[in-house]
Amino acid sequence: MIRVLLLVLTAILLGGIVHLSTVLAMPQAAKQDAYSRLTPLTPVNTMVPLATPTAEAEVMPFMDPAFATAVCRYDLSGGALKLIAPVSQAYTSVTFYTRKSIAYYAINDRAAGRRTIELDLMTAEQHAEVPEEEDVTAADRLIIESPTTVGLIVVRALAPEPDLMPMARQALASATCAIQPVQ
Amino acid sequence: MRLLFGSCFTFLIAAAVGLGATWLTLTHGVAFGALTIGAWTAWPKSGSVDIDPYARAIIARSGELPTGMGDGIAFYARTDDVGNPFDGRCTFTISGMTPTARYWTLTLYDPEGRLVANSIDRHGFTSEEIVRDSDGRFTITVAPLARPGNWLPTGGIEKFTLLWRLYDTAIGVATRTTKEGPMPSITRKGCG
Repeated sequence: MIRVLLLVLTAILLGGIVHLSTVLAMPQAAKQDAYSRLTPLTPVNTMVPLATPTAEAEVMPFMDPAFATAVCRYDLSGGALKLIAPVSQAYTSVTFYTRKSIAYYAINDRAAGRRTIELDLMTAEQHAEVPEEEDVTAADRLIIESPTTVGLIVVRALAPEPDLMPMARQALASATCAIQPVQ
Repeated sequence: MRLLFGSCFTFLIAAAVGLGATWLTLTHGVAFGALTIGAWTAWPKSGSVDIDPYARAIIARSGELPTGMGDGIAFYARTDDVGNPFDGRCTFTISGMTPTARYWTLTLYDPEGRLVANSIDRHGFTSEEIVRDSDGRFTITVAPLARPGNWLPTGGIEKFTLLWRLYDTAIGVATRTTKEGPMPSITRKGCG
């Protein structure tokens, strides 16, 4: 009796380990995460508008159909990235995701406080190489550090009413992301 | 022989317990730091680097991109206020007030996060297009067949999920009480 009880206890303990390790391994094992879904649709370091989700087709689940969306799938191995996103009439936001879909930074048009949202994205190493004077003189230059070399930038513009969707898409059409030439 | 049988038995139970728990937590949306107001639940930390391992696993598995913390917050509902699960063949009303936010959107999805086909091609409302009373309150009727006023069609599907996204809002990790964030109440009005 005690023997069986001991076996069951060991089993539950092992089960706990199995549970924790499978949860932790899931992001590495997932084949259909957002980055993988976007890879065939988006050339690297290019801003690409996504189709508005419909009942028939959508790039990712739980997309907000009231928003026009554009994605820049970035790779910083060739240098820092410059993002320029014009602000639409209603509401515009820019969210940065790691390769594993963690939202590490997000900013909206009001927080950016300008007609366009302009950001420099770089790795910690690239940030360390930015000359200090340059960092100071360009105090209003917004530098974001990416925790991973590759990831996603998602620009979203709200269409408060369906009629305004073309306008939101128009605003996103002039958003760009590009590797900056090495100075 | 007894040893072999014993260890086989142990490993079988371990696998069943471990994988079962993983499957349960990932399909039922279990994550830490939930902010629940009425029928609505949000995970504010899921939009930041403080996201917990369960939420990370759920997001990696579904393929969605969570709403970033500097962007807004997303509240999920799968039942009404008293716990009746959302059935697309029933009628539910959503009414009341929303927390302060620059904009909000309400969207109806199937449990996998896909939009639901319907006759008027409506999948949700934004704060701008909703029809309100003179005192700013609103009522949304979620039903399979057309209703007057703010009708959100269910397409008659068996199960659905509502997602209320607040953009540019102070509601987030620091929100504790329902006074700070009054979310609309959801009531079932009947089925079939």
